[in-house]
Amino acid sequence: MSDGRFGIHGGQYIPETLMNEIINLEKQYNYYKNDPEFCQELDDLLKNYAGRPSLLYYAEKMTKDLGGAKIYLKREDLNHTGAHKINNVLGQCLLAKRMGKTRVIAETGAGQHGVATATAAALMGLECEIFMGKEDTDRQALNVYRMELLGAKVNAVTTGTMTLKDAVNEAMREWVSRVDDTHYVLGSVMGPHPFPTIVRDFQAVISKEAREQILEKEGKLPKAVMACVGGGSNAMGMFYNFINDKNVRLIGCEAAGRGVNTAETAATIATGTLGVFHGMKSYFCQDKYGQIAPVYSISAGLDYPGIGPEHAYLHDIGRAEYVPVTDDEAVEAFEYLARTEGIICAIESAHAVAHAMKIAKEFDPEDSIIICLSGRGDKDVAAIARYRGRDLHE
Amino acid sequence: MSKVTEAFSNGKAFIPFLTAGDPKIEKTENYILELEKAGADLIEIGIPFSDPIAEGVVIQEADLRSLKAGTTTDKIFDMVASVRKKTDIPLVFMTYLNPVFHYGYEPFFTKCEEVGINGIIIPDMPYEEKGELNDIARSHQVDVISLIAPTSEQRIQKIAADAEGFIYLVSSLGVTGVRSEIKTDLDSMIAAIRKVTDIPVAVGFGINTTDQAANIAKIADGVIVGSAIVKMIAKYGTHAEQHIYTYVRMMKEAVMTANK
Repeated sequence: MSDGRFGIHGGQYIPETLMNEIINLEKQYNYYKNDPEFCQELDDLLKNYAGRPSLLYYAEKMTKDLGGAKIYLKREDLNHTGAHKINNVLGQCLLAKRMGKTRVIAETGAGQHGVATATAAALMGLECEIFMGKEDTDRQALNVYRMELLGAKVNAVTTGTMTLKDAVNEAMREWVSRVDDTHYVLGSVMGPHPFPTIVRDFQAVISKEAREQILEKEGKLPKAVMACVGGGSNAMGMFYNFINDKNVRLIGCEAAGRGVNTAETAATIATGTLGVFHGMKSYFCQDKYGQIAPVYSISAGLDYPGIGPEHAYLHDIGRAEYVPVTDDEAVEAFEYLARTEGIICAIESAHAVAHAMKIAKEFDPEDSIIICLSGRGDKDVAAIARYRGRDLHE
Repeated sequence: MSKVTEAFSNGKAFIPFLTAGDPKIEKTENYILELEKAGADLIEIGIPFSDPIAEGVVIQEADLRSLKAGTTTDKIFDMVASVRKKTDIPLVFMTYLNPVFHYGYEPFFTKCEEVGINGIIIPDMPYEEKGELNDIARSHQVDVISLIAPTSEQRIQKIAADAEGFIYLVSSLGVTGVRSEIKTDLDSMIAAIRKVTDIPVAVGFGINTTDQAANIAKIADGVIVGSAIVKMIAKYGTHAEQHIYTYVRMMKEAVMTANK
């Protein structure tokens, strides 16, 4: 069995053409993650460019309204570019530069990872090309234009279901074609080893800060931390430094779309089975012959038929719980948070908010829970309006 | 000598590929027999996958056409069982790991042996991961074909040393599909392979003209052609027999010039 396993999950299921590149990436990453100069440069960028640390905000009105645990929001939406994606991208682009790459490519679903990659590429002088499903370039037109403003080329992917998984397919095909000068900035804790580890490490800053912040504010650990899960990068970042705190529940909120009993869902843990795809062994939505299922969610960022291998492992050993949240519930939470706290969050993050609304009252008022607010919702406003039957002209 | 390796015992081999079930499974048997009649020495049968990341547009579309037509792994096994009654030509599957994994390695390779499949090519299963199915495949007389790429460099030695059937040498970076030019230094890669094994080496990815085929056959043991044939099937649908025959005959003759 190869390197990079989380229990039975993970591995390196990729074409031979990429193997030396992936092995080299691991070697370089292991070197630079301990290189003081690299770490300092990344810290400096996170602090002075991305705006870290992000706030841990006590949502008092929401807490009072729901009754039960004190609700804290980890405000990744306040980062530069409006989502947690920048944490990983700054790290990977810095690494790409150190490796002598002059060009980066990335897949994107909602467009947040694409925007973050285009941003870091602009900052660091890297050529940048983004792959985005045609379905998503349509529903996230604003983000497409943002990427173009930042100097990136956006390729609308018209193969397959024209969503996130197809964008990953195309990015991988592009990488195989131009592996010498190009680094693939994978956006989630997925893909072949070492990506799930690299992305998790760069996102772990979320829980590192949140753990310190909650101890400072509450003097004790939270009862639960929760985050939305597509591939699972903000969730892995939110969970990581709490994994050893056995009394802290780790809750991942999957996109159930129109419901886990329908075909229009993207809830991988709820409906998927073990498989091998996009370079990793993990759980995937697929049919009985191992054909990957065309999944659905209102949220382009969670509209993915798989889940990162470390999540699959945390699920197997019972350390983390994964729950499905429907489109309807997410939209209601999106509106609720705007109304109650004056925060318009990403529709992805709203899946975690929705689940917190369901379970807050199961806890005592002296306890706290933290929701990772992975991104801001400007990009979703028009789509939510459409969902409510109003057609806005963007 | 395995049945797959035997395909190379009559001089340079021509190895065509087609996607099973494109445009429909009833037609695949005819096309396989046509390929043999035209001079193929070994035939690669693609089991379609929803997300074939190593394929260019031509084979991606063939996979989707086939899946849309209702092709399944079981229907492909049935088709192979039927074609096997009519020909003794070595047959190998080409597919992605998930359809095999999901079928179950043991049931999948048991079935392969039953219907007469002699080898398998899995482009998303590199050397490091093949341990999970190698022994099972071997116990059912199915060769797991190893791929070597232009970027393999020092990996060539260990991959070649462990190879069975033949070695699939990937001609260029990128995905499958017709190319006008192949720039990789195949000579030195084949020389590196020859240092560790005498298993036949066949070159694929991008080859579509008789000139390319003749040139590659001068240095390699076999020439693999996929997209050019699949394109023909895309164009002529259920009436591609004659076109396939003429093209493959011509390519086989080009390959055979290297025997002289």
